[in-house]
Amino acid sequence: MYEEYAVVMKGIVKRFPGVLANDHVDLFVRKGEIHAIVGENGAGKSTLMNQLYGLLHPDEGEIYVFGKKVDMKGPRDAIRNGIGMVHQHFMLVGNLTVAENVVLGSETTKGGFVFDLREARKRVKELSEKYGLHVDVDAKIEDIPVGMQQRVEIIKTLYRGAEILIFDEPTAVLTPQETEELFEVMRRLKAAGKTMIFISHKLNEVMEISDNITVMRLGKVTANLITKETNPREIARAMVGRDVVLRVEKPPHEPKDVVFEIENLWVKDNRGLDAVRGVSFKVRAGEIVGIAGVAGNGQSELVEAITGLRKIEKGKVTLLNRDITGLDPRSLRNMRMTHIPEDRLKYGMVLQYPAYYNMILGKHWWEPYSIRGFLNHPAIFEDSKKLFEEFDVRPRNINMLGGNFSGGNQQKIVVAREVSSQPKFIVVAQPTRGLDVGAIEFIHKTILKLREQDVAILLVSMELEEVFSLSDRILVMYEGEIMGEVKPEETNFEEVGLMMAGKRLEEVRS
Amino acid sequence: MEKYWGFIIPAVSVIVALVIAAFVIMAVGKSPIEAYAIMVKGAFGSSAAIVNTIVKTTPLILTGLAVGFGFRAGVFNIGAEGQMIMGALTATAVGINLGWAPPYFALSLTIIAGMLAGAGWAAIAGYLKAKTGAHEVVTTIMLNWIATYLSSYMVQVPLAVGSGTPKSPEIAPSAKLPILMKVGPMEMSAGIIISVIAAIVMYVLLEKTTTGYEVKAAGFNPYAAEYGGISISKNVTMSMAISGALAGLAGVVELMGVHHRFLGTLSGGKGFDGISIALIGQNHPIGIIFAALLMGALRTGSNEMQFAGISKHIVMIIQGIVIFLVAADRIVRTMILWRKRKKVKA
Ligand SMILES: Nc1ncnc2c1ncn2[C@@H]1O[C@H](COP(=O)(O)OP(=O)(O)OP(=O)(O)O)[C@@H](O)[C@H]1O
Ligand SMILES: [Mg+2]
Repeated sequence: MYEEYAVVMKGIVKRFPGVLANDHVDLFVRKGEIHAIVGENGAGKSTLMNQLYGLLHPDEGEIYVFGKKVDMKGPRDAIRNGIGMVHQHFMLVGNLTVAENVVLGSETTKGGFVFDLREARKRVKELSEKYGLHVDVDAKIEDIPVGMQQRVEIIKTLYRGAEILIFDEPTAVLTPQETEELFEVMRRLKAAGKTMIFISHKLNEVMEISDNITVMRLGKVTANLITKETNPREIARAMVGRDVVLRVEKPPHEPKDVVFEIENLWVKDNRGLDAVRGVSFKVRAGEIVGIAGVAGNGQSELVEAITGLRKIEKGKVTLLNRDITGLDPRSLRNMRMTHIPEDRLKYGMVLQYPAYYNMILGKHWWEPYSIRGFLNHPAIFEDSKKLFEEFDVRPRNINMLGGNFSGGNQQKIVVAREVSSQPKFIVVAQPTRGLDVGAIEFIHKTILKLREQDVAILLVSMELEEVFSLSDRILVMYEGEIMGEVKPEETNFEEVGLMMAGKRLEEVRS
Repeated sequence: MEKYWGFIIPAVSVIVALVIAAFVIMAVGKSPIEAYAIMVKGAFGSSAAIVNTIVKTTPLILTGLAVGFGFRAGVFNIGAEGQMIMGALTATAVGINLGWAPPYFALSLTIIAGMLAGAGWAAIAGYLKAKTGAHEVVTTIMLNWIATYLSSYMVQVPLAVGSGTPKSPEIAPSAKLPILMKVGPMEMSAGIIISVIAAIVMYVLLEKTTTGYEVKAAGFNPYAAEYGGISISKNVTMSMAISGALAGLAGVVELMGVHHRFLGTLSGGKGFDGISIALIGQNHPIGIIFAALLMGALRTGSNEMQFAGISKHIVMIIQGIVIFLVAADRIVRTMILWRKRKKVKA
């Protein structure tokens, strides 16, 4: 049965306590195609893929791989059936080399147990060249950029003989350039006859790379589309069930006094090198200042230094006319500085805590959440419920552990918490990473509402679209320095792109 | 379901361990039913047995709480033994000098002194971790040795009395814990009440207070904690101190409730038992009380078994298997899930 398909999932049902994550889902993936799965946050995409990779077992339904019915007890069975998964959060060992990571846990052994690294290195090199993966087999994982780490994950699956590759939101952590490189690799894999399943919230990516699209909504499949015959608007409508504004309107708003200022800030990165080199700027009340730049040019270090998580080597930071250089996060939060971090799993959440505790992180010592040292649970529950409602966090279960929410809903929890802390100054880093189009629209509106309320906002984003549509002023960062300041209505992607590549505004405009 | 795992895992582990040990008993040619009957009788069969079990359980609850609190806060306090010694030693030094004081004053002063000593001893390791990153497993083990030798010096030189085993003088009568029950030579002091109160306090601290929220957050995810305004270095030191105070209290009740003087054997590995007890009790205060009771009962029961000609080491086997299974709770989970799956298919 189903000989022409690489993967068929029929009538898949998967329940979690209180949630029907997959509700009789059918998925048909043809041999050799790139099949996109899109859908709102919590629609059940990752759950579906985890079942295909054997990480979860379906409650009901059947799975066929290359026409053969399979019942997988774990990833080992999936690998045996030629299925590989590139996880969103890489499962690599930082202080081992690329080659060592690839062979780790797979059975390239000589004489039963001897670990044959030489042979493995050769195969890794071959695979790397064959598919244009460009990895240095002897480099340590911790020394290579995210995009390359992801390619190591790809090699890992190929090395184990994968014919079907699952990519769960691979581009969420990549720069536009890295995304292009990934697509190049995917095209080569396709030419070599591999089948791929690709999950993304970015519809332009889906349009560019996929052959067919399955749209999911609330655990069900709502549409099967042929990429060539559809458009982003139609996909978005099938996803959300209504028309979506892909770009929000930014009403004019007059900024007020300066709230936040840094002068000649110097910050080092983890390796002790200067990551931020003499940056100065101001943010006024009711103003959004956007920082654009290719990832890894000091933005993360800048944000961490401003928010008290990283040491400031030199320079001065002022908030509401007070010198806050070197203050700890607690004092900064008491001064109403809040922070949406770029890495929600590392910084933004305690995955083992229920949602209601995550909703108060960073203000848990404030009244009414804490009264004379005791937590005030009724107030915590009440506010969490309110925020769940307001920010449409799904499922509406404040008792669920943070780690059990889908990626996008975790982000909504973080955003809800930080935005509702009555900030005077908010640092917003990659606020819409991993969010669906509907949620992005909502978050963008929320940020603009803060602007209306005269909050000073610093926005750091790798999405140029986002920076352009939200910012009042754009600063472009390159190798720890500001290349220039532009207004979005007076510039364009090309100009900013040149600055992101290291040209100063004067050079670009001369 | 997930909510009850914390209870199911240890319970199933204990049953499995008893079954396996039954085979071992059979293998040495005895009847397991008889052996277990003797053991239960030895632990709970008479009021003397019950008192004995409770006396053994009392300090184990406290060392279990000490280690369990550490785990919840993300620190591995292997030094409960040393903190217990320091607690008892300090309480001795204070307690022998309080002949003039009324009981309520003598009791509280001695208890507080012992707890502070335990807290201080543990805080050294916490502070070193916060300031230099030195791992608490290493530093607490070193502090254990210092405490052991320091105490043995103290009872041989400055605090020594009498001849024979090195020991300190008795503490003042007003600094002895009141006796709740006396059966023959066996005395049960108010120590058990102190232990249970300590468990309740730890529960309230962890689940109801802002400090508990911070301690657990730091234990789960230090990055998120730091981001959320929780100082990790402050927390490490504080968590170690609280853990050490509980271990110190274990030494205090052992001193004030049982021996009434400092002996070299007073701690006797109970600090290390705290690690197993915290594991079996899943770091939950109530679970720890039951785990300590289990260990206490196994120990008193095993003495009785010994008289019946069955090696008391069988208890070590049981204990070992329980700890193994709880630590490898994956195994127990899978065993239970298999059952469930089979049922679904049938
Ligand atoms: N282990 C779990 N326990 C309870 N609920 C879960 C668990 N894993 C997933 N869920 C729930 O199942 C639903 C589907 O989640 P899933 O992660 O598949 O969504 P998704 O489509 O991948 O979303 P996103 O785009 O945000 O990543 C969500 O409501 C989620 O909260
Ligand atoms: Mg997902």
